[in-house]
Amino acid sequence: MDFTPNPADEAFRQEVRSFLQANLPADIARHGKRDSHSARADIERVMKMLNSRGWSAPHWPKENGGTDWSPRQKFIYLEEMRRARVPVLDRTAIDLVGPVICHFANDAQKQHFLPQILNGDCFWGQGFSEPNSGSDLASLTTSARREGDHYIVNGQKIWTSEAQRADWIFALVRTDPAAKPQRGISFLLIDLRSPGVEVRPIWSIDEVLTLNETFFDNVKVPVENLVGEENMGWTYAKKLLQFERTSSAEIPHIKRDVIQLKHLAATTMRRGRPLAEYPPFAKRIAELEIKVMALEWSVLRVLHAEEGDPSLNAVASVLKVRGSELFSDVSDLAAMAMGAHGTAVIPDTEGPHNMRPELDAPPVTDPEAVGAPQRAMFRKAATIYGGANEVQRNIIAKGVLGL
Amino acid sequence: MDFNHTEEQTALADSVARFGERDYDWDSRRKLARSPEGYSPANWATFAELGWFGAGLSEEEGGFGGGPEGTAILFEGFGRMLLLEPVMAHAVLALQALAGLPGNERRTDLVEQAVMGDPVMALAHDEAEGWGLVSWVGTRAGQAGGAWRLTGGKIRVPGGQAAGQFLVSARLSGSIDDTDGIGLFLVDGEAAGLTRKGYRMVDNHLVADLALDGVEGELLAQGPDALAALTRATHHGIAAACAEMLGAMDAALWQTRDYLLTRKQFGTTLNNFQALQHRMADMLIEVELSRSMLFQALAAMAGPEGERDRALAAAKVAISNSGIFVTRNAIQLHGGIGMTEELMVGHFYKRVWVLASLLGNADHHLDQFMDHTPIEPVPADIAALG
Ligand SMILES: Cc1cc2nc3c(=O)[nH]c(=O)nc-3n(C[C@H](O)[C@H](O)[C@H](O)COP(=O)(O)OP(=O)(O)OC[C@H]3O[C@@H](n4cnc5c(N)ncnc54)[C@H](O)[C@@H]3O)c2cc1C
Repeated sequence: MDFTPNPADEAFRQEVRSFLQANLPADIARHGKRDSHSARADIERVMKMLNSRGWSAPHWPKENGGTDWSPRQKFIYLEEMRRARVPVLDRTAIDLVGPVICHFANDAQKQHFLPQILNGDCFWGQGFSEPNSGSDLASLTTSARREGDHYIVNGQKIWTSEAQRADWIFALVRTDPAAKPQRGISFLLIDLRSPGVEVRPIWSIDEVLTLNETFFDNVKVPVENLVGEENMGWTYAKKLLQFERTSSAEIPHIKRDVIQLKHLAATTMRRGRPLAEYPPFAKRIAELEIKVMALEWSVLRVLHAEEGDPSLNAVASVLKVRGSELFSDVSDLAAMAMGAHGTAVIPDTEGPHNMRPELDAPPVTDPEAVGAPQRAMFRKAATIYGGANEVQRNIIAKGVLGL
Repeated sequence: MDFNHTEEQTALADSVARFGERDYDWDSRRKLARSPEGYSPANWATFAELGWFGAGLSEEEGGFGGGPEGTAILFEGFGRMLLLEPVMAHAVLALQALAGLPGNERRTDLVEQAVMGDPVMALAHDEAEGWGLVSWVGTRAGQAGGAWRLTGGKIRVPGGQAAGQFLVSARLSGSIDDTDGIGLFLVDGEAAGLTRKGYRMVDNHLVADLALDGVEGELLAQGPDALAALTRATHHGIAAACAEMLGAMDAALWQTRDYLLTRKQFGTTLNNFQALQHRMADMLIEVELSRSMLFQALAAMAGPEGERDRALAAAKVAISNSGIFVTRNAIQLHGGIGMTEELMVGHFYKRVWVLASLLGNADHHLDQFMDHTPIEPVPADIAALG
């Protein structure tokens, strides 16, 4: 054990901070307060800004357009991105399909897709879940039948985040119905403009549109869009989750949310004094912050571990459960810190896809407050997506404790 | 930053684990708990030989180079075996207070003596109404006939029965919670006017309340020097307590795991019930987060004062709460057998219960944490984003 901080890390933090201060356009930083549900046009501009510096996807291998930064530096980069209110980017592309392409795709696929992702020219959806295959994902039935140079895809995906703004979708499809459930699945890249694809909106409880159903009706997909080998899709999908095993902890995001929460508590008045001075609420914030510290140090442990260190299986599984809980809790407290207006729907006039943008909002002008109540509603999803927390507990019980 | 043990740290961890396996099995430990001393003087001599008492001090300070990480390694091991010997009283609270004194020959001698382990020393600092506040000292010190005389009372002194010497805090001036005006004294265990009222805590550790009535003491430090020594002792004590709680809850978790794999009800072993699997997963989560919390506290101990105080307070809050959750559920998942004195698992709860209360409970430390954690508007550069 040696916890002496590396002074180079602080210099690196300053470098990222200055870059963002100098280059992030003001209108985008203003929109970034929404924290998710970013507009495509904003993301495109940010990606070009980052790409000019080679910082679009620092965690990718360097030869694919990533960086050779230390794990700690990559973490600092994410912290600074959140702190500066850079809108949430196309994480489906950068964190999910990108690394899979880097590791398992052929050269032609890499050359075709990776530069477009890095430059923000190609947006992605994730087609894993189906109406009858959620936690039990391996039971999925969307099929891909080989016909000459094509697969013919039929079926339905659901909960495809941001498919309404995406160009492509990566999908798990069944290519061998006779094999064991996990064996007969392939990883296919599908152009959403192909004939037979239909994307339908699903409005979520925050009255914003990011969720969709994606239907495939005899969609022709060229075989060159298969990633890796046929029937190996399950393996790649599992790997995909391991590439970024610390990202589900959402620490950079939560830390930014804590700054925002404190801001709201410090500026909202309660009976003539700032809410921050009201002990029951101040105590809630303190208890949350302590939990965030424990989670952050768990992330640091994983980041500093040797790749494949088995003692870390435990920590990695912990991150999703606790991270998603805190991600949800911090948004609740932020809305509560607004007092009465913390219950109001505040349509974001500059944001995309509000359900009823024509309705008025209460006179909430602090940019840190805009959207906070609806975010608290949407964050209830964090403990469901990415492997629901009950399923995570099953994994810990079986995989770590051997129960 | 490196979370792995160095060679020396591995050796220390191994030596604790070996002692636990060979010399501190549960039966021997239960017998010790019933002995008049409440611990084994023979073990005490072994610890001195193994160099454990100096494991938390740097070489410049007269130790063996471990620092707080060394202390943490030892105490995590102690938590696993539920060690009864008053090592925290002697080698952490008393010795770290001594090491925190201004450098002089007297300090060097006392540190050396404590590292050797004879006599057992204890820090008599807490008073009934202090509840963990380091500057709370009501015991008075005054000079009479060329000697310092102490009068007052100390409560729940760890090692208070075993100690041959006490370090006693007493007030030279000021009101009861003033940070200034405190003195730190060396008091002989047999000194006239010193009455010990010994008792057993729920975890079978023996402690004592002290009544001091004009007891003679040797002044070792006063004012900011004394406060610094007491603060240092408290901080290292918190780190040790956190590490010991971690060891105890981890051991309780895995003993419970083993039990679930063997106990049968409803025609199957208990591990097959998902309600219990999920409870166990939650327990594991708390153990792992506690380990992370201990790391952050250790990391902050060498850092700036404000951050250090904040980090230690956070660790004491989080690890106390997690420890109670884990060890209490370890009893629950054992059912009736978990309630028996004979089985080890219930004793982890009892030890954590005591450690959670020592050196300021979770409420006190949450309060401290809040004092060090301002709630402020966003920084100017972010506010400027509009
Ligand atoms: C906002 C949001 C965005 C999403 N984005 C995407 C996306 O982009 N692409 C995509 O493919 N999917 C996406 N998902 C889908 C997500 O991955 C699934 O919702 C998730 O896997 C759970 O599946 P389900 O909804 O079918 O719930 P179910 O599997 O039906 O689960 C219902 C409840 O039962 C519990 N449960 C299930 N099985 C067990 C068990 N064995 N033991 C104990 N409890 C169990 C679950 O934990 C849950 O609480 C998204 C979901 C949300 C909410």
